[in-house]
Amino acid sequence: MALIDAVARLGRAAIGQVTGMGRAGLMLWGALVAVPRPAKGMPLLIKQLYVVGVQSLIIILVSGLFIGMVLALQGYTILVDFGTEESLGPMVALSLLRELGPVVTALLFAGRAGSALTAEIGLMKSTEQLSSLEMMAVDPLRQIIAPRFWAGVISMPILAVLFTAVGIWGGHIVGVEWKGIDHGAFWSILQASVEWRQDIVNCLIKSLVFAIVVTWIALYRGYEVVPNPEGISKATTSTVVQSSLAVLALDFLLTAIMFG
Amino acid sequence: MNHKSDTLVEIRNLGFSRGERVIYEDISLAIPRGKVTAIMGPSGIGKTTLLKLIAGQLTPDHGEVLFDGVDIHKVSRSELFELRKRMSMLFQSGALFTDINVFDNVAFALREHSGLDEAIIRRIVLMKLEAVGLRGAAQLMPSELSGGMQRRAALARAIALEPEMVMYDEPFAGQDPISMGVLVKLIRELSDALSLTSVVVSHDVGEVLGIADYVYVIADKKIIAEGTPAELKASDDARLRQFIGGEPDGPVPFHYPAADYQKELVGGVN
Repeated sequence: MALIDAVARLGRAAIGQVTGMGRAGLMLWGALVAVPRPAKGMPLLIKQLYVVGVQSLIIILVSGLFIGMVLALQGYTILVDFGTEESLGPMVALSLLRELGPVVTALLFAGRAGSALTAEIGLMKSTEQLSSLEMMAVDPLRQIIAPRFWAGVISMPILAVLFTAVGIWGGHIVGVEWKGIDHGAFWSILQASVEWRQDIVNCLIKSLVFAIVVTWIALYRGYEVVPNPEGISKATTSTVVQSSLAVLALDFLLTAIMFG
Repeated sequence: MNHKSDTLVEIRNLGFSRGERVIYEDISLAIPRGKVTAIMGPSGIGKTTLLKLIAGQLTPDHGEVLFDGVDIHKVSRSELFELRKRMSMLFQSGALFTDINVFDNVAFALREHSGLDEAIIRRIVLMKLEAVGLRGAAQLMPSELSGGMQRRAALARAIALEPEMVMYDEPFAGQDPISMGVLVKLIRELSDALSLTSVVVSHDVGEVLGIADYVYVIADKKIIAEGTPAELKASDDARLRQFIGGEPDGPVPFHYPAADYQKELVGGVN
């Protein structure tokens, strides 16, 4: 009996997961598949770009700087033993472009903007603002979900690029200004080893995939929230947990495809 | 068709359940045009659910909801949205959009649907706000208003598109006597002045019997009584008497169903 119960529980959980994915898909479909209305949609999108993108700038830039500096410091202590400290530039730049830039940006974005999106939409649902939109014959998917989704998808790749750029600058501060690596060598080796297609385009692709997944999870968690304070707090937590796990798992998958 | 019949909304044999829990077994009622119809009943029996069923936000298990002769659960999404422009709902929380001010809240539906010039919209909004006494609060954010004022602002928003029907979800819950009086007056006045069909869902017996033209009382998943306020007051149905009189014990028991009291006390752990 215990075994059958366990199997039944597993089955229920699996059905729940699949149903959830289906509902999440339907939500996104309903939000995005429609005739665009630039006159009404643009102001909403711009407002969300500000909330989702611009307001995440500080944490992204500061984190990028510190991660670049730490990376350079750790790299330097290893490379200097082999007398190859000039390779610090590519080491920092490639680590950031290929992995840390998109991944850490996505994780920070999930914590900063994703959780805020979930809480905001969850609150809108529990205060019946979504219902009242429907009662006013306005589709909440198009009014609320769509602009936030596009804002997330547009801003995260830009944030990842900024994160990476600031990180490389942090590496420069530590490597060149502090540890005294030759300025010219640092930048020229860096430039020679970073490739457009292999590194920069892949960075953008990764970031775009993470942007879609993180924003989607955040919006879905908010939209499907159990409309009470406990439900909202659970939903924000699961946004951060699920999108972080999704980002890390997808990163492995993408890295295997791109570099494997 | 009976296009201008006296009945605006007709509910026929409606059944609805959430998961395993049956909310309504078999409900039929009619909401007359231009009158204030009240739906009363104890908390937690799904009065709000009934409004959402009427508005087509929830789908019933069986039965139909006719709005002006059209079954609201059989039309397409775009037709449903067209029908919704003719009705509106005042939510219990007010449900004002918290990120825009009172003026923009009231203007919202007008800007979405009316296609009117901003100058005209401005006048309509000011007129609606004047009607609820909040013209001076147009530039305030919803968070700066008291609960009663939020509900009045939401009322201004609900009548902005001049709907044929307004549904009030617990309009009196949690209001102080003054705002309660204001809301009672507003609902009655709007109903008379705009010949609006009003549906008030509430458990505030005094206020409801004061303004309603016709009352339905729901309990135990069905309608247990209906009539004009006078008829209800005169009724000798025990359940109705308990509800209207606010008696703690009666046909609706004070105790949640439980095992025998003595046995449970003496019996120890089973």
